[in-house]
Amino acid sequence: MSATAEERPAGAGGLLGARLWRSGAGRPPLLATAICLLMVVAALGGGAIAPYVPDEADFTAILVPPAWAEGGSLAHLLGTDQLGRDMLSRLIAGARISLLTAGAAVLAGGTIGVTLGLAAGYLGGVVEAVIMRIVDAFLALPFILMALAFVAALGTGVGNIILVMVLTNWARYARLVRSEVVSIKKRDFVLLARVAGLRPWQIALRHILPNALTSILVLAVLDVGRAIILESSLSFLGVGIQPPDVSWGLALAEGRTYMTVAWWLTVWPGLAIVLAVMSFNALGDWMKAGFDPRGRL
Amino acid sequence: MARFILTRLGQTLVTLALLTILIFVLARLTGDPTPLVLPSEATEADRAFFREQYGLDRPIHEQYVVFLRNVLHGDFGISFRYREPAFNLVLMAIGPTLQLAGVSMLVAVMLGLPLGIAAALRPGSWLAAAVRAYASFGQAVPTFWSGLMLIFLFAITLPLLPSSGYGEVENFVLPAVTLGFYASASVTMLTWANMTEALRSDFVQMERVLGIPRRLIVLKHALRNASLPIVTYLGLQFGLLLGGAVVTERVFAWPGVGQMLVDAILNRDYPVVQAAVMLTAVLVMTINLAVDLLYAVLDPRVSRS
Repeated sequence: MSATAEERPAGAGGLLGARLWRSGAGRPPLLATAICLLMVVAALGGGAIAPYVPDEADFTAILVPPAWAEGGSLAHLLGTDQLGRDMLSRLIAGARISLLTAGAAVLAGGTIGVTLGLAAGYLGGVVEAVIMRIVDAFLALPFILMALAFVAALGTGVGNIILVMVLTNWARYARLVRSEVVSIKKRDFVLLARVAGLRPWQIALRHILPNALTSILVLAVLDVGRAIILESSLSFLGVGIQPPDVSWGLALAEGRTYMTVAWWLTVWPGLAIVLAVMSFNALGDWMKAGFDPRGRL
Repeated sequence: MARFILTRLGQTLVTLALLTILIFVLARLTGDPTPLVLPSEATEADRAFFREQYGLDRPIHEQYVVFLRNVLHGDFGISFRYREPAFNLVLMAIGPTLQLAGVSMLVAVMLGLPLGIAAALRPGSWLAAAVRAYASFGQAVPTFWSGLMLIFLFAITLPLLPSSGYGEVENFVLPAVTLGFYASASVTMLTWANMTEALRSDFVQMERVLGIPRRLIVLKHALRNASLPIVTYLGLQFGLLLGGAVVTERVFAWPGVGQMLVDAILNRDYPVVQAAVMLTAVLVMTINLAVDLLYAVLDPRVSRS
């Protein structure tokens, strides 16, 4: 935010995109944006785009290499796995699971975290102390270890993994929003609103939250990358998404056994993870440069 | 200063206490462990005796007190699988994990420090752009994939190094490079930022004006000034490395806490899960606390703010 935008109340800068464009962030990272969009399209399109049913075995086409490699066929562009399942279709199905779990984790975790952070920052006192100590406890461990502790109690599968990711995610939002609120609530327009007799929740929702929104948005985009890594890590370890559901991390773990004879089983899912995470990170970094030039996030 | 130390100490203790509650609640969510522990031919009297012994028949808050007392004595119960105290099992596995994390940290510093300094010295150059690309790639690559690719290249295609095992020096190479590469991304970015700041500072500018050789300025003065936040950060990075170690250990069959934790989850061996989580938490929080206190001693401005 520029110095003038800083004094403006309640997100008065017009559309977020337009504000970003005018800020010092420069051009958006086109390739990264394109890859993010591609992933969203793959996730939404799913079965409609995929050439095959992702978990349908075909024992006449086992371990077929990618189309351009020796022995490859155009019927399976990226090859097939040990059960003859089409790799491209599995990557598309994996994109769906990745974005579904990441999206749910970011949305639900974000909502819980923002609400608690808002309450802590605005109310202060005992409420703040209690909430922030709980936040500390949830952030005390590296996120993968925390996630494993939750998995041990809740179990595996798509629903449980989303729950686990929400539980490991919300605290970061709470910490961010609380620190934003503490700095915003000292500003003149909030004092004015209080003098004008607005109720606390009105001030919090209508005047404080909009001002913290850009930081929350940046954190959310950067969080998508982290969530993709978390889901694929858990699935790789065998405690995440379970077959017949498809996940990039799970595909890697399955393909590992065949690494000596079929490199494509481990190369494609890994590349998909790296490209997706790099793209969401680049997008988030670009937004951060525009919204948060002083690097408080 | 004393006030700062006491506050930080108090915060850490409160966080730890909350963490025990969290772990206790999670353990209770998994339900009654009796059928998992006792053989199927156990009588109802056996089961009742077991529940009584572990306090499972008492109200929940009393159960927590029992749990907390046991935890403070290092008693997390007997591993369902190995029939040994869970705490001892985890203690045996912590050594390999710390070794792996330590060597990986060394790799991360050896990669990240020179890259960060080089990028800071030539802002806007192709080198800086390449370093940025390296860092964003390193942050996005999950260790399980880089580990598998390294195995593919250096253990399968070129059979130079072992793909798994523990004990020999060559066993360290692939796991430590995998984990160290991952950690090197953030070490690079941090070194870059702090070196840039140090190079901009008044005294470095002054030395330039005085004609002191550039090499001397960079290595002796700027780096020394940038090193405090870097060293501090390395301490905090250790927690991240322990997290990354979980996955890396799995890839290379490294006999550490991460491997043990994942195995315990797959086998529903909850005492081991609790012991592993609690021990790592205490380790990470102790390091963070030590780093904070050290930082406050080295830079008194911290404790006053």
